[in-house]
Amino acid sequence: MLHYIFKRTLILLATLIVASLVVFVSLEIVPGDPASYMLGLNAQEDTVAALRAELGLDKPKIARYFSWVSGLVTGDFGTSYTYRTPVADMVQDRMWVSLPLAIYALALSTLIAFPAGVYAASRRGGAGDTTVMGLTQLGVAIPNFWFAMLLVLLFAIKLRWFSAGGFPGWDAGFFQAMKSLTLPAIALALPQASILTRVMRSSLLDVLNEDFMRTARAKGLTRRQALWKHALRNAMIPVLTIMGLQFSFLLAGAIIIENVFYLPGLGRLIFQSIASRDLIVVESVVMLLVLAVVLVTFLVDLAYAWVDPRLRGTR
Amino acid sequence: MKLRSLVPGAFLVLLFFSAALVSYVWTPFDVTLIDIKSRFQSPDATHWLGTDHFGRDLFSMLMVGARTSIFVAIVAVGIGMLVGVPLGLAAAANTGNLLDEVIMRTNDMVFAFPALLIAILITASYGPGAVNAIIAIGIFNIPVFARLSRAAALSVWKRDFVLAARAAGKNALRISLEHILPNITNLLIVQGTIQFSLGILAEAGLSFVGLGAQPPIPSWGRMLSDSQTLIMTEPQLALIPGLAIVLTVLGLNLLGDGLRDWLDPRLRRER
Repeated sequence: MLHYIFKRTLILLATLIVASLVVFVSLEIVPGDPASYMLGLNAQEDTVAALRAELGLDKPKIARYFSWVSGLVTGDFGTSYTYRTPVADMVQDRMWVSLPLAIYALALSTLIAFPAGVYAASRRGGAGDTTVMGLTQLGVAIPNFWFAMLLVLLFAIKLRWFSAGGFPGWDAGFFQAMKSLTLPAIALALPQASILTRVMRSSLLDVLNEDFMRTARAKGLTRRQALWKHALRNAMIPVLTIMGLQFSFLLAGAIIIENVFYLPGLGRLIFQSIASRDLIVVESVVMLLVLAVVLVTFLVDLAYAWVDPRLRGTR
Repeated sequence: MKLRSLVPGAFLVLLFFSAALVSYVWTPFDVTLIDIKSRFQSPDATHWLGTDHFGRDLFSMLMVGARTSIFVAIVAVGIGMLVGVPLGLAAAANTGNLLDEVIMRTNDMVFAFPALLIAILITASYGPGAVNAIIAIGIFNIPVFARLSRAAALSVWKRDFVLAARAAGKNALRISLEHILPNITNLLIVQGTIQFSLGILAEAGLSFVGLGAQPPIPSWGRMLSDSQTLIMTEPQLALIPGLAIVLTVLGLNLLGDGLRDWLDPRLRRER
């Protein structure tokens, strides 16, 4: 196991290094100079040069790459070209919207998918199973941003139960903040819940065919007891894997949903930064999201290898 | 043969493909024609689905939007297959070697960038547009096809007829092309339809946030984003393109399920 962890850690680090290079190189070849962009068309050349020096844009690219990466490691993401505030502070503020949103959506999708998956598996081939599977088929086909718009139409405009967008901040109280994240979280959770329901169902059906399930029934357990005591626990491995992978997709998916609901999260930040050519913010946020995806995949791999030793030798 | 998924799936896909193809030669109205006087019209005999805030005919926009979505998704699947499948076959032919390791680790790296992040990087560098959306979704598709074809090829490599081909003196390249590829084609077709439907969703998402096709080319995602501020007064502007996306994606998913059952009875969904 130790050898496996070591190998996976090396791969994780290599992936991050290459990813940082890809992010930096992609954004460094951008036509147009941030300093000229910030100062406008009529700026004097010496003013632009002074700003370039202040922002560190006059240094060689390789030096800027290393200073950016070492900054990322120490938590100093540089200073925003537009807002002139530390990027780390901006990211931290926005994180308090995006992260709770992703966790909320993951919790909702789990709450929907578990009972739905168990229900469908326990009624395999029946009307209930067909209905659940039909709904999941629909759930994966609905774009989450369109579903978000439908939720706004129904719950914010027609019923007026929720606001159509915006975030009051955590200072306004936990309930108020969570309320404003509810519609976005439901919109994000829908496709994930559909996928998770399908995985839960097929994983349970695999386990239900195992010999130990027959033994459990032969021992005198009812179908329901056998399901809850033995099948569920064993069916959890693939389900947890998918949940882990979904979390990173939720973080990325939140980028679009935040724009529908005007939430001040990382997604809004990234689009505002692209519009204002604030590349250092774009670089840092993209890198952070990549880190989240890679880290979650790494943890899922480790958890999987821990539970199933056969996997340690395969990669 | 189970046709429960195949027939409705194929019907929906054909419907939208036909609309896209016909739009090249005919649409009821010119989609670039702005006619403010007839904006926000309800569906009638002239404008079958009504008009938008610029007075453009929604039905025509939907037809041309289908073209944009299908074109972006199909080329992106093509990129994924053309690059991913040879990589997967090469990895399988060299399993356990350095080449296999390098290909698969590179795939893992690409996999760390969701399509949206790739699109953001490309857009920040080169500006938004349909071509950049194609590249972003295409790059995202590469590791999907590479992984699938490697895994599928590995199981074919163990078969007796491959052993016979090796005994006959064929090299890895010829075996991959003449024996492995034909045996994994069905799987690739099924995965192709799945990636195609994901591509339609991704294109809609990218256009929705302004990273996809740019005006005046209509796209379903941008029709939705345009309708966002009008949802209170003109909800049909949001409902119609959304339904088009859902039906196309649903059709492709059903078609994928149906094709899987039809092409490979062993994969038939018994569960």
